[in-house]
Amino acid sequence: MIKGVILMNDKGKPRLAKFYDYHPAEKQQELIRRLYGVLSSRAENVSNFVKVDSLFGPDARLVYKTYATLHILFIFDSLENELAMLDLMQVFVETMDKCFSNVRELDIVFNFNKVHAILDEIILGGQVLETSSSEVVKAVEEIYKMERAANSIMAVPSITSWQGR
Amino acid sequence: MGSQGGFGQSKEFLDLIKSIGEARSKAEEDRIVINEIEILKKRIIEPDIPKRKMKEYIMRLVYVEMLGHDASFGYIHAVKMTHDDNLHLKRTGYLAVTLFLNEDHDLIILIVNTIQKDLKSDNYLVVCAALNAVCKLINEETIPAVLPQVVDLLGHSKEAVRKKAVMALHRFHQKSPSSVSHLVSNFRKRLCDNDPGVMGSTLCPLYDLISEDVNSYKDLVVSFVSILKQVAERRLPKSYDYHQMPAPFIQIKLLKILALLGSGDKKASEQMYTIVGDIMRKSDSSSNIGNAILYECICCVSSIHPNPKVLDTAAEAVAKFLKNDSHNLKYLGIDALGRLIKISSEIAEQHQLAVIDCLEDPDDTLKRKTFELLYKMTKPSNVEVIVDRMIDYMMSINDNHSKTEIASRCVELAEQFAPSNQWFIQTMNKVFEHAGDLVNLKVAHNLMRLIAEGFGEEDDTADSQLRSSAVESYLRIMGEPKLPSAFLQVICWVLGEYGTADGKYSASYITGKINDIAEAHSTDDMVKAYAVSALMKVYSFEIAAGRKVDMLPECQSFIEELLASNSTDLQQRAYELQSVIGLDARAVENIIPMDASCEDIVVDRELSFLNGYVEESLNKGAQPYIPESERSGALSISSFRVEEQHGSSGHSLRFEAYELPKPSVPSRPPVPPVSSTELVPVPEPTYHREFHEAVAPKFSVSGTGSSEIKLRLDGVQKKWGKQTYSSSSPSTSDSDTYKTQNGATQRDVPSNLSSKTRDVSYDSRRQQEEINPEKQKLAASLFGGVSKTEKRPAAGHKASRPNSHTVDKSHAEKSGPSDGGVVKASPQPPPDLLDMGEPTSISNATFVDPFKQLEGLLDLNEGTAALGSSSATKAPDFMSLYGDTSLSGQNMGTADLLSTGSGDANLIPGISHAPDKNGHGTGGAVTLSAQLSKGPNTKEALEKDALVRQMGVNPTSQNPNLFKDLLG
Repeated sequence: MIKGVILMNDKGKPRLAKFYDYHPAEKQQELIRRLYGVLSSRAENVSNFVKVDSLFGPDARLVYKTYATLHILFIFDSLENELAMLDLMQVFVETMDKCFSNVRELDIVFNFNKVHAILDEIILGGQVLETSSSEVVKAVEEIYKMERAANSIMAVPSITSWQGR
Repeated sequence: MGSQGGFGQSKEFLDLIKSIGEARSKAEEDRIVINEIEILKKRIIEPDIPKRKMKEYIMRLVYVEMLGHDASFGYIHAVKMTHDDNLHLKRTGYLAVTLFLNEDHDLIILIVNTIQKDLKSDNYLVVCAALNAVCKLINEETIPAVLPQVVDLLGHSKEAVRKKAVMALHRFHQKSPSSVSHLVSNFRKRLCDNDPGVMGSTLCPLYDLISEDVNSYKDLVVSFVSILKQVAERRLPKSYDYHQMPAPFIQIKLLKILALLGSGDKKASEQMYTIVGDIMRKSDSSSNIGNAILYECICCVSSIHPNPKVLDTAAEAVAKFLKNDSHNLKYLGIDALGRLIKISSEIAEQHQLAVIDCLEDPDDTLKRKTFELLYKMTKPSNVEVIVDRMIDYMMSINDNHSKTEIASRCVELAEQFAPSNQWFIQTMNKVFEHAGDLVNLKVAHNLMRLIAEGFGEEDDTADSQLRSSAVESYLRIMGEPKLPSAFLQVICWVLGEYGTADGKYSASYITGKINDIAEAHSTDDMVKAYAVSALMKVYSFEIAAGRKVDMLPECQSFIEELLASNSTDLQQRAYELQSVIGLDARAVENIIPMDASCEDIVVDRELSFLNGYVEESLNKGAQPYIPESERSGALSISSFRVEEQHGSSGHSLRFEAYELPKPSVPSRPPVPPVSSTELVPVPEPTYHREFHEAVAPKFSVSGTGSSEIKLRLDGVQKKWGKQTYSSSSPSTSDSDTYKTQNGATQRDVPSNLSSKTRDVSYDSRRQQEEINPEKQKLAASLFGGVSKTEKRPAAGHKASRPNSHTVDKSHAEKSGPSDGGVVKASPQPPPDLLDMGEPTSISNATFVDPFKQLEGLLDLNEGTAALGSSSATKAPDFMSLYGDTSLSGQNMGTADLLSTGSGDANLIPGISHAPDKNGHGTGGAVTLSAQLSKGPNTKEALEKDALVRQMGVNPTSQNPNLFKDLLG
């Protein structure tokens, strides 16, 4: 089972944190800080896997990957396959990329509700739900189409026209 | 597409994010966030907040909480938002509550009703949102409230809903298996769902169910195999392809399930060989996901009933992993090897050099994994080398968690496979020296026990040799600074028991040393307690031997100090010591007999030795004893009696009202006083137990005849707690080894082993001829050790220590200079920049960082022609999708990028390869088209950026670099 997904920038600031087991806010913060410590201690050109049993209990592993300034971390237990997690991360990033058309850190900061929506389509309750990024994009687009409709009913001016495509 | 609604946040929110991004320190960030919380607290309770505004507040709360601050004041508003009819708001509400609340939060009760309603909604998106919340927020008690609705949804027309409903049920199963036990058949039914996605999600709960009870799912083997076959033969819709692999995640899940079902079941396994073998043969080892499947196949093969043909294929795959330059694959290779050696240990020997390379790799993850493998393949023949390596590694790391793990593994291996007791003690000394505070206290006790028990009764000289060598080693080590407490306790104990046993050291020398320890660690009461007990033993042995005891003046003052100690335990030990010294030789001999630490003490609970005395008294007319239970009004009085003995005033008030009814009192009448008054009147820390049992009871019982103290060997184990059962095997194996050493007998087991492995190791040795001899040596000692040690006895040598040579060798290898002339067979891998391995493997979504493009453009405006030309090539570079951080990280905005032009070419081939390989490649095609429209992207990015500026997130200066820093 997947225990958590964390996006943080290269200075250790969390950009998105989702834990599938409940941890109180302080604990989450502590975990994020220590994970950042783990990442910082990793040399370049080494494997993307780290054992994090000291943080998340026996058999917990971490797969991380760095995209420019953004680290993406998946924490999971022995029931998942490390390489597959790495690819799941790829699915996640591909999906974000499709949804934001060339995603960058800023997009994630400002749209973390949407990123959450994407993640919810991929992982549910710690289990991998969907692994086809086009399916996920379809689902997320559908949600946002509906929401847009709802928004226009509310007739609140919003600055979204810049991206009209 | 696009980030609709994304930048719809107000300027305030953008300002907040910007200022947090700019914060120079954690303190500054905290200040900003606390300020934000104050604002939100005030705003959120204002009446008539427009819903849209409210939604933004909630998002800000989520943000604040993500940064680690308490936003609980706003939870209720998030809960309220879930009640809203507007989908957008409802989803925001659900998102917030799933992030804020745990399943046991008080507010959940307010949401359950909404969830119930939403699960019945006509709008499937509402249903999905509710299902998301169900997975996170429903606990055991609330499951029944939503269960019927969720079960209904299994038949929903939308596959997205069915999928999520299955997952929700799975979650229920995790939280409370009994709540959904009657629904198990539903999972089986969903396995046949038309939608592959739903089928795939069903595999998750099925995996859990099967791992709980394999046997009731054996009938599904056929189905799983046929599903796997269909998937592997690309019968699924193309949309499930991922990087040209058909539904790889479903394949992986299926392989995991098959591994469970086939484990130890020959019949089931036979159905799987073909398909698993096919997948392995056909697998695309050039892509990441292909390797993931391959790895899963190996796991499956190693778990099911072994089949030589499939195993061979798996071994080949492992070889491929290990030879790969990617650390990820090496890691998996090592892991897979660890699984395969359970079935056939020869496989490891083919890869010995690769394993040793991994052991010396700078990557800590890989190293740890390799140690795990070594741990699994430890045998009596290679234990010395492996434990040696482990200890070296243990000394090199700082992380206490892994240090503890390695230390306990060293101990475990040493206990299991120790070739000689000498070696065992030396190893333990090392472990204690470097990680003594981290290992379990029981380990210390086991060590003491081993020294005390020796090899058993048969050979006393060997025992005493062992003890003398232990004493020697401790006298040597003692001087080291900073020894951990547990180790000092062992040292004190051994010195006390055996310091003077062989007559080599005088009592005054040993007591002086013990005293040194106590003085050097005057703050550690445990050590002092061990020290004073050790002194007592040394002195009483002296007295018993009829020698006169001259207490060293420093010991004298040490004892005097303890007599006035704050610790009652220390005080008691000191008093005991004083009174023991005052007794005559015969008494002392009974109190503390020589070398009796292993003998059990039998407490005569009936006090039968008093029978004669009692009879005599009765004859003289004394009142017979009436058990407390038979006395009238026994309850209150008896409990009172006990108190009396402890010195409370029996004449004043009675507090019966406060006493608990004590039905259990009669069952244990006179025993407690014996132990409580005579042994230790003080509540003692439990860890002193062993000692008190070992020493004090003898003290109390001794006067009445030592005939009561009889040997009860079966009880010995109890004294040392649970551990002993596992460690009793080491001591027997030790004696085994010992026999071998004397050349008396030869063990059969290793010879069997070695005959099996010999051929292989010969082969592999031939292959290694031109390989660095150091590594060769190490490899030989790790893998081929068995055959070597076997050869020697066969040649008629009575090898006294079969493995000493290998150890020496490994030492020599460590210290000696490397013989330079020999070429390494496996050259250093080239720097691994593309950590995903192969450019063809990934058709990626591509990140274009508009900022960097912008930089290029700005530079162009400034007229830097060179950079201008680079801006075009630069565009697709960015963002090291391939983990190429070193390049992208450093080269931002520098002219170097020109030289890395090949780096960005990288991406495009990566994408265009995708369709090459397989004409369809839908995913690839999409990204490709996105990629080709590079021009518009740049423009778009500029627009995006202009908007950001418009919104007030302007950089403080014109320097775009700074801007980049601020916002990451």
